[in-house]
Amino acid sequence: MNASFTRFLRSNGWSIGLFGLLGVLLVFTKLIQPSYGSSGVGALANAALPFAFATAAQAIVVIAGGIDLSIASMMAVSSVTAAVLMDGASEQSAIFVVIFVLLLGLTMGAINGTLIVLTRVPDIVVTLAMLFVWEGVALLILKAPGGAAAEWLKGLIVGTVGIPGIPTTITDWIPKALVLLAVAIGIVWIPVRRSRLGFSIYAIGSDALAAFRSGVAVGRTRVAAYALAGLFAAMGGLVLTMSTGIGAPIPGPYLLASVAAVVLGGVALGGGKGGLLGPILAVFILRLVRTDLTFLSVDPNITTVIEGIIMVGVVILGGLVALRARRT
Amino acid sequence: MTRELLLDASGVAKNYGAVAALSNASLAVGAGEIHALMGANGAGKSTLVKILTGAVKHDTGQILIRGKTHRVNSPAEARRSGLVSVYQEPAIIPDLEVADNLRLTETPIEPFRHWVSELGVNDLDLRETARNLPLAVLRVLDLARALAIEPDVLLLDEMTAALPADLAEKVLDVVRRQGTTSRAVIFISHRFLEISALCDRATVLRDGATVGVVDIEEGVEERIVELMLGPAADGPEQPASRTTTPISEQTSAARPRLTVSKLGAGTKLQDVSFELRVGEVLGVVALEGQGQDELFETLSGFRRPSSGTISIDGTEQRFGHPADAIRAGLVYVPSNRVDALLMQRSVRENIALPFCAGSWGPIDMTREAERVGKAIDRLQIDTRAQGQVQRLSGGNQQKVTIARWIATGVDTLLCFDPTRGIDIRTKRQIYALLKELAAHGSSVLVYTSELQEVQLVCDRVVVIFGGRVVDVFPADAADEPTLMRAAYGLPRLAATVAGQPDHAPA
Amino acid sequence: MSQIDTTAPPIGLRIRRLVRDQPLIPLIILLIGLVIILEILRPGIVNERWIANTIKFAIPLAILASCQTLTMLTGGIDLSVGIIATVSAFVMATQVTTYDPAIAIAISLIPALVIGLANGIGAGLFRVHPLIMTLGTSLIATGGLQVYQRTVLATGSAIPDSLAWLGTGRTHCIPNSLVLFIPLAALIILGLRRTGFGRLLYAIGDNENAARLSGVHSWKVIVALYVLSGFLAGIAGLVYVGLIKAPSLSLAVPLLLPSVAAAVIGGTSIFGGRGGYAGTIVGALILTVLTTLLTVLQVPEGARRILFGLIILGVTAAHVRLTEDS
Repeated sequence: MNASFTRFLRSNGWSIGLFGLLGVLLVFTKLIQPSYGSSGVGALANAALPFAFATAAQAIVVIAGGIDLSIASMMAVSSVTAAVLMDGASEQSAIFVVIFVLLLGLTMGAINGTLIVLTRVPDIVVTLAMLFVWEGVALLILKAPGGAAAEWLKGLIVGTVGIPGIPTTITDWIPKALVLLAVAIGIVWIPVRRSRLGFSIYAIGSDALAAFRSGVAVGRTRVAAYALAGLFAAMGGLVLTMSTGIGAPIPGPYLLASVAAVVLGGVALGGGKGGLLGPILAVFILRLVRTDLTFLSVDPNITTVIEGIIMVGVVILGGLVALRARRT
Repeated sequence: MTRELLLDASGVAKNYGAVAALSNASLAVGAGEIHALMGANGAGKSTLVKILTGAVKHDTGQILIRGKTHRVNSPAEARRSGLVSVYQEPAIIPDLEVADNLRLTETPIEPFRHWVSELGVNDLDLRETARNLPLAVLRVLDLARALAIEPDVLLLDEMTAALPADLAEKVLDVVRRQGTTSRAVIFISHRFLEISALCDRATVLRDGATVGVVDIEEGVEERIVELMLGPAADGPEQPASRTTTPISEQTSAARPRLTVSKLGAGTKLQDVSFELRVGEVLGVVALEGQGQDELFETLSGFRRPSSGTISIDGTEQRFGHPADAIRAGLVYVPSNRVDALLMQRSVRENIALPFCAGSWGPIDMTREAERVGKAIDRLQIDTRAQGQVQRLSGGNQQKVTIARWIATGVDTLLCFDPTRGIDIRTKRQIYALLKELAAHGSSVLVYTSELQEVQLVCDRVVVIFGGRVVDVFPADAADEPTLMRAAYGLPRLAATVAGQPDHAPA
Repeated sequence: MSQIDTTAPPIGLRIRRLVRDQPLIPLIILLIGLVIILEILRPGIVNERWIANTIKFAIPLAILASCQTLTMLTGGIDLSVGIIATVSAFVMATQVTTYDPAIAIAISLIPALVIGLANGIGAGLFRVHPLIMTLGTSLIATGGLQVYQRTVLATGSAIPDSLAWLGTGRTHCIPNSLVLFIPLAALIILGLRRTGFGRLLYAIGDNENAARLSGVHSWKVIVALYVLSGFLAGIAGLVYVGLIKAPSLSLAVPLLLPSVAAAVIGGTSIFGGRGGYAGTIVGALILTVLTTLLTVLQVPEGARRILFGLIILGVTAAHVRLTEDS
């Protein structure tokens, strides 16, 4: 019992630490802005939502030993597709749009993965090229921000959940956006993580040769990992459209943010390590730092600079860790 | 031998381009038999293993397991058709828990547990991440996993390497007991002691073909060494007679240039000491994986030693980067030319590379052409394909890697298997060059996997086994059988039983 | 590794080898082909004026693409060149209202060198993938530029006559920017072939292990390389603002993708070790003509990006095939 507890600490130590850091930051926020409360948490969850999906997407690919630079562009394609299809359509048909966009994401990711496996060009180059391709596709679908979103979809991430029997003083602290995030990621990731596919994804990132010798179909697993990343990117695109009510063809700043959150979240850039919880916690931390800088009335542009420096710092740190791991 | 044949491979051949890795290999193993697969470096063992496990496909020949054709594309397919291999590098995913590793290979848990405890690992926690376990335990787990699947044919590649003595004992014990089941075990090892204690028969490969199958009995070592060496006249060249190598006499009293003392690095290089004298060609002979790679990497500044010292002309050296070693006069020619060459660049750029490392500024093109031209002439490099080094023949590529240091000027040349896979003519030129360099006052340390080269090139030779120097011979005493015996950790023939080296495997 | 083939290669392979060894010839044929197509689509469009204009627009792109060429030779890439060029142009245009043009230009190159240095340290010392590193610094630089803009809101901006002359002027139908570009290009081409530094770029990109074996400290080369790349990007920004004459916060950012594409089309391998600047210059010309062609054909921006992305992927995949076959 004791041994399994220490092992739990060891394998989840990073996530526990991130939880602690997030708690400290929340206390700090409350100190510098005494009025910060449940609405602030709700705003944080909303702001973090697209970043969280982008990061989940990136995390899966990185765990599988790769990287996907085209995530933000795939989000843009998903966002504009959803906005265009829902424009003028009935509320009920939106559910089909959602399903279609999710399938679209899965397909885009699978195309990325297939190109990597078939061309044998390094993932970083393929996804760089696909970054431009998906960006172009988004622009072809919608030249300028526009389209619409179904009301019920928008409502999914506004406000808090009411649970009968639980006083609103508690439910006020549970924003719908957070619940949506947990449900959407959990519904995909938990079954995958426990299946053979999940092991295989970790296996090819950890040691591709040992994975091959253990009977893993390395190429197929890689394609699956990229497809899952595409699926999460599509979710990210959907929440973008849900929160703004329109679709935007120009990709947001999600690429570097996702890489930084993945590294900060304890997923080694070499692959094979970590999970989705850590990176998503890292997203909330990075978003909260931004909120705090605003509360401290730092110029929003300087905030961007500081954010950039934090991200580059985190990535450099990740590089250092990888370098030391390689030496030993 | 009327046992049922579980594995029956015959006439297996495999070509890589123009190179024949296997020409006519056969291997037949019966039920309840433990069968050693032997062969010197490059005899084709690893290619045969790769074919059996599905990592590569054979061109011709037939492989039957329990009478059914075995033609597989991956280790997973090989497992399904009844053959499981345990590799030197355990096929265990470091970042997954042991239990997840078992799920990945669909291994039944209870038999696995049984074998793990049989093999002497008692306190294994299946929820432990594989990375946190020592390498020796991982190898044992890999074996237990293979046994749990109950394969028809079990292939063990250097199973006891990197295992502590007690675990190795348990492993050998378990393998021995496999001999009483209806299973066939193929046992690959460099250690005669293990083989004679364990195996029933041995198949010997040489130059890609099976040259003999022998029963393991008293004194079979001599027969196996003979088979691995082949007929004496088969060597590509006659050893040079002693009168043509007067250098050895001159240098016997020469001062040492490079002194290596108690050097250790990684898990393989344990404790190596020797002297390389001025004007000497010193050979290093070892079977694969006895620490020679680590030795050369450490001497050339690629890797830091974990113990021991390196001295040049009496001064102790510490290398943090190959540039440090070069400054101290130690230059390195690795065996794999792909590691040393800029394949897409020209001969000239490759040879001039060390100069560019020193100076970023404008290049004096005429002076460079002159230096490079001299080195090219001296090595007689065929430069018809000037544009890209990757279009030169292997021999010419190897010459380019050496020419680079001839152009720079060389005190001490470290050559790791410089003649692997190149034609006879080039080999001769390289031998001549190494001797000539030594005659002009340089020192050369050369590892070679081709034993008949030793007497052609070297003045003396050190033999390494298990990460330690086991013997030193003057060139005229270092004929192939002597070296082969020494490389396998066997005592010198002339010596009595008392001469048994104490570092033989436990 | 591949075996050395001893038999005579088939004709198809020989053509592929020619393409690989003399990449300039097919590139120039492609360029001429594009010009001919353009002339067919719009008869009369190709004249002296058009040629001068094409060269004028190709030059800033070619200078930016030199950054990609140099970094790609080592197996890297520099995605910060777009924003570096923009920063330099913007700083120069705002500083020139208070300082002498020469001083303003000198000031404007400081941020370029600093960003380059940061890239070099990240990529060379900490071994962060150059793509991620330069992406990160470009994010920081974008924020920094916005901060800077707020501090100079009141000063306004101007383009010094010298840069306008250089960027847009023509002397007897010959664009003035060639005065800068020809020596610069000659310096880069010669520098790559005939200096130790140039050779080391190829060496590191071809086989870093072999370079190390020969005593090369590659991190020093990488740091110097990214500083140089930043400097060249700054110069490109100054030339470009002289051409566009309207400094903005995203002036040269749209040139980033074409700069990568120009180097790739020009035959520089994104994996390092192979290529050169001459091909890149032709690549920049091809892209400039192609852009005109796409505009004439009224191809939307989205399709253009898809095309550029596919060009990068296609050329790289072809390169992988070529090197594996030989």
